[in-house]
Amino acid sequence: MLKKVAVLILSVLLITAFATGCGQKNQGAAGDVVKVGWIGSLTGDQAVWGQSELNTLKMLAEELNNSGGLLGKKIEIVGYDTRGDATEAVNAVKRLISQDKVIAIIGPNTSSSAMAISGILEEFKVPDIATVATNPKVTVLDGKVKPFNFRVCFIDPYQGAVAAGYAYDVLGFKKAAVLYDVTDEYSQGLAEFFIKTFEEKGGKIVAKEAFKSGDTDFRPQLSKIKAANPDVIFMPYFFKEVALSAKQARDLGINSVLMGGDGWPSDTLLEMAADAVEGSYFVNHLDFDDPAVQEFKQKYKAKYGKMPELNGYLAHDAFFMLVDAIKRANSFDPVAIRDALETVDIQGITGRIKIGKDTHNPEGKEAAIIKIEGGKYKFQQKYAVTE
Amino acid sequence: MDWFYIEGVLILAGINIIAVLGLSLLTGFTGLFSFGHAGFMAVGAYTSVYFGERMGLPFLVAIIAGGLSAGLMSLFIGRLTLKLKGDYFCIATLGFGEAIRLLLDNLQVFGGARGWPGIPPKVDLTTVVIFSLLGIIFLVFLINSRHGRAMIAVREEELAAKVMGIDVYRYKVISLFISAVYAGVAGGLLGYYLTFLQPKLFGLQKSTEYTIMVIFGGIGSISGSVLAAFLLTVLPEILRSFAVWRFVIYGAAVIFIMIARPQGLMGGKEITLKGVTSILGIPGKNRRTARSGEV
Repeated sequence: MLKKVAVLILSVLLITAFATGCGQKNQGAAGDVVKVGWIGSLTGDQAVWGQSELNTLKMLAEELNNSGGLLGKKIEIVGYDTRGDATEAVNAVKRLISQDKVIAIIGPNTSSSAMAISGILEEFKVPDIATVATNPKVTVLDGKVKPFNFRVCFIDPYQGAVAAGYAYDVLGFKKAAVLYDVTDEYSQGLAEFFIKTFEEKGGKIVAKEAFKSGDTDFRPQLSKIKAANPDVIFMPYFFKEVALSAKQARDLGINSVLMGGDGWPSDTLLEMAADAVEGSYFVNHLDFDDPAVQEFKQKYKAKYGKMPELNGYLAHDAFFMLVDAIKRANSFDPVAIRDALETVDIQGITGRIKIGKDTHNPEGKEAAIIKIEGGKYKFQQKYAVTE
Repeated sequence: MDWFYIEGVLILAGINIIAVLGLSLLTGFTGLFSFGHAGFMAVGAYTSVYFGERMGLPFLVAIIAGGLSAGLMSLFIGRLTLKLKGDYFCIATLGFGEAIRLLLDNLQVFGGARGWPGIPPKVDLTTVVIFSLLGIIFLVFLINSRHGRAMIAVREEELAAKVMGIDVYRYKVISLFISAVYAGVAGGLLGYYLTFLQPKLFGLQKSTEYTIMVIFGGIGSISGSVLAAFLLTVLPEILRSFAVWRFVIYGAAVIFIMIARPQGLMGGKEITLKGVTSILGIPGKNRRTARSGEV
């Protein structure tokens, strides 16, 4: 018995020793190439968005390198898949920082991954710019700003407030119903903040129904919503479920206006359910027809043969946020870049990005309200909430 | 390769080893399939972090509390489901795992689906190695005891075990309890390592992964389970540079090995000192011949 124990201990020690041996083969950073990391989903249900982000970054880095590079060096993008899983994100970031020696990280698009990597970023002092991680806790926790976490998008409370404000103040709806995905962090957050603002304004939430990821039948929830007869139904989840639930809502004879968040915009939504979502509104990070975004859109299409997804636009701005910070810091030192990121104030394609020192969020970034009309996304107006 | 990255992967491998050891006792030695082990992990993880962070208990106490709470949960579930035979128990655990996840998704006290960020990092490689060694040692002693043999008898043939005077139900409950404690401890360690908890981490996929590891390592082999948990945690990391194709290759590798070795890596055998020395040839043999010479 003791022998067995001894062997087990021995084998564990051997494995550890082997790993330590590997650890000594340290790769130094190459002379004229600077690495920027990216993490996000290349596989799994969010792969579409992740691939769009990575494609965008690779394209921009290539352009930058062709036009002389940055501070005399070339930028290389190193991207790792996380499957949208927090454990994988931790592994990927550890690898990016310790093995690839990246100077900064762009991504991830999920808030959970962005929150899980904070500790490592702080330990190794490497800044991260999240693309569409909209949970407030990504950058601020318990009232304290996380020193190495930044983001380029607006946050859930803001998006929820914009949707509720627009529905109540501009569209004049007084009765709202909410259908949301209870197992999804993004959906839960958005639903919560929509309800909060809508009720504060004096509106009434007549129904709040939940489903769980993977559900394809929303009729039970929709039947209850129908009985409550709302003016507007808020659907804060992703386009696949939006398409299914919108179709089923129309089949059940619900004529209420549908509203959603930044999980909506996708060509797939229009392909799947153009008729059902006709006349709906959603909150977006930008107006796809804005002249400022056309150049990027065309370049992306020419290179990859398809339109960039929403995440691509935000990855674009995250990249230029980083470039701006590096230029002003005049250095590739991660801590110097971090300091410069705190004072970023640039005009991105998704709006003006002025980073707040105490929040690390782009402050007062306007949201775009988009209406679906004639099977197309029609920009309505820029809309900001004033406290 | 940098040590910091490898350390992270090793910590994760250690945590997986603990969880897989637990499942190995249940599936490998008692013959009960569970697809809800991630549920026990979730219970352990959230309890540990709750006791550690909200109630301010020391780390070790919090981890043990996490393990015990998962164990208590298993007694409750076991009472209801262990009288079920074969596949029905498996389905019941599947339901349990999903129920726990959905419950946590709805519990806003623990952050709901949006997760629980800001847990202080309290787990390092030493902690995980100590916990997994303790886990291995305990399991080895258990399997080689009267109780372990009783569990194996239950796995081999329930009716025969009953005839032999073994209380089948009781041993199933004990096996599930210990197995859940392992899962709970692994969960607590995971929470303190990741510094972040989210119900999504403990989905059906996680349970399946652990079952795959047990079968991959070989049913009824502790060293096989340890080896499989280690290999299957490290493999996706080695394949990281394949980006989109990573899990295709991972899946193909698992399928290939299962076809090549349907009995699993170890196939019910253990890595023992005797085995190692007999492979190496010299020392074990010498000692034995010397002894027989004396006699």
